[in-house]
Amino acid sequence: MDIKDQVIAIIAEQAMLEPQDVTPQSTPEDLGIDSMGLVESIFAIEEAFDISIPFNANDPGASDFDISSVATIIAGIERLKAEQG
Amino acid sequence: MKRVVITGAGTINALGHNVPDTLEAMREGVCGIGPLSFRDVERLQIQIGGQVRGFDAEGRYNRQQISLYDRFTLFTLAAAREAIEQSGLTFSGELSAKAGVVLGTAGGGVSTWDDNYRAVYEEGKNRVHPFVVPKLMNNAAASHVSMEWNLKGPSFTVSTACASSNHAMAQAFAMVRSGMAPAMITGGSESMLCFGGVKAWEGLRVMSRDACRPFSANRNGMVQGEGAGIFVFEEMEHARRRGAEILCEVIGFAMTSDASDIVMPSKAGAARAIAGALEDGRINREEVGYINAHGTGTAANDKTECAAVADTFGPQADKLMISSTKSMHGHLIGGTGAVELLACIMALRDGVIAPTIGYEEPDPECALDVVPNTAREAKVNVALSNAFAFGGMNAVLALRKV
Repeated sequence: MDIKDQVIAIIAEQAMLEPQDVTPQSTPEDLGIDSMGLVESIFAIEEAFDISIPFNANDPGASDFDISSVATIIAGIERLKAEQG
Repeated sequence: MKRVVITGAGTINALGHNVPDTLEAMREGVCGIGPLSFRDVERLQIQIGGQVRGFDAEGRYNRQQISLYDRFTLFTLAAAREAIEQSGLTFSGELSAKAGVVLGTAGGGVSTWDDNYRAVYEEGKNRVHPFVVPKLMNNAAASHVSMEWNLKGPSFTVSTACASSNHAMAQAFAMVRSGMAPAMITGGSESMLCFGGVKAWEGLRVMSRDACRPFSANRNGMVQGEGAGIFVFEEMEHARRRGAEILCEVIGFAMTSDASDIVMPSKAGAARAIAGALEDGRINREEVGYINAHGTGTAANDKTECAAVADTFGPQADKLMISSTKSMHGHLIGGTGAVELLACIMALRDGVIAPTIGYEEPDPECALDVVPNTAREAKVNVALSNAFAFGGMNAVLALRKV
């Protein structure tokens, strides 16, 4: 599974949806993921990819890790993996 | 119904090892939050807290006692000694038989759990110290207070996360008011500042890495603290007969449950608790001059709390002062309401309102007088202390100047 499929699988599980119902354009709100669901998804992504995502639930917009859609989350993970080398 | 007064107060927290030092620090707007110091702290992402520094357990207790006391019990006993000595009470005869101790703590002996899990899991040991259970149990602190001061009445521990102390003090108040006990020792303590304690909170992603800035638009989370606050609640005539110094009167309380979400606070639940305390104490809204806020410095709490206060007080909300002393001593979780009650006593007795420090930018969603950065002199007749816990369990206390 590539990064995109893995992220979609994680987010689909969190949203209790089938992976085909999650698209790169989906936002957490579209999928019914609330702030605690988002924290749980970030945790699952960190565990799956062995990365550390700067995310503060008090101000999700403040971090340079963009969580506004599935596509931006995938891009953020790709960047963190690339930085890891 | 009996009237209930506070005749003794004791504390230990990041601002001071007793009440006078703590109140002096609150008046001066001192920040007790700094770099944490304990084993494996370098593996944490959150490395600040309101840690009690320079606490000398060896100077206060013997070796046997230390092997039996978790840090949350050590803090409780130190604060209880200060409170009970100030009250001048000695517990014997009928007073001893009827007086008890109700304390709050969320985690109890967290560092005892942490140390012993480390020993068996990380170090592979197969034997632990015989006192692990009596040391870590949530009622250990209350039990040691009952033993030390001969309190043989109703004693127990309340655990409602961040509202534990307020629930405990509300319960103690109700027991004295009903005539069930002539005096109760009450308050709470917490000591979660160890690797496992902070790591667990880190997981929630609501902790700040740099400072606790309640109500400030640029706030970015809570900061943990540790310590204890202990009080002597006494029936007013009992206190007057023996000529005790009265710090203030406790006049009402309310407890509510949001029944909605395990972590997100509810405006309605908070507002019902505030309004309930006013009703219980037969308090006119105009009488309330100060509220010690729950004010955790998280995005969610502060705006919900301000909205609840605005809803409950209407136009009067703009006239009262509301501050969060967590900006100075951190969030003591189950012990926080007890240490924060000291700020209410200072407002009523000394006419000094503790500030919300770290305040940098106004937030339109927190548009109340939050006493930013500098303490203020003001005459206050009635003060409230708010606590709104995870799990949606809320407890608000009301105090009056004597």
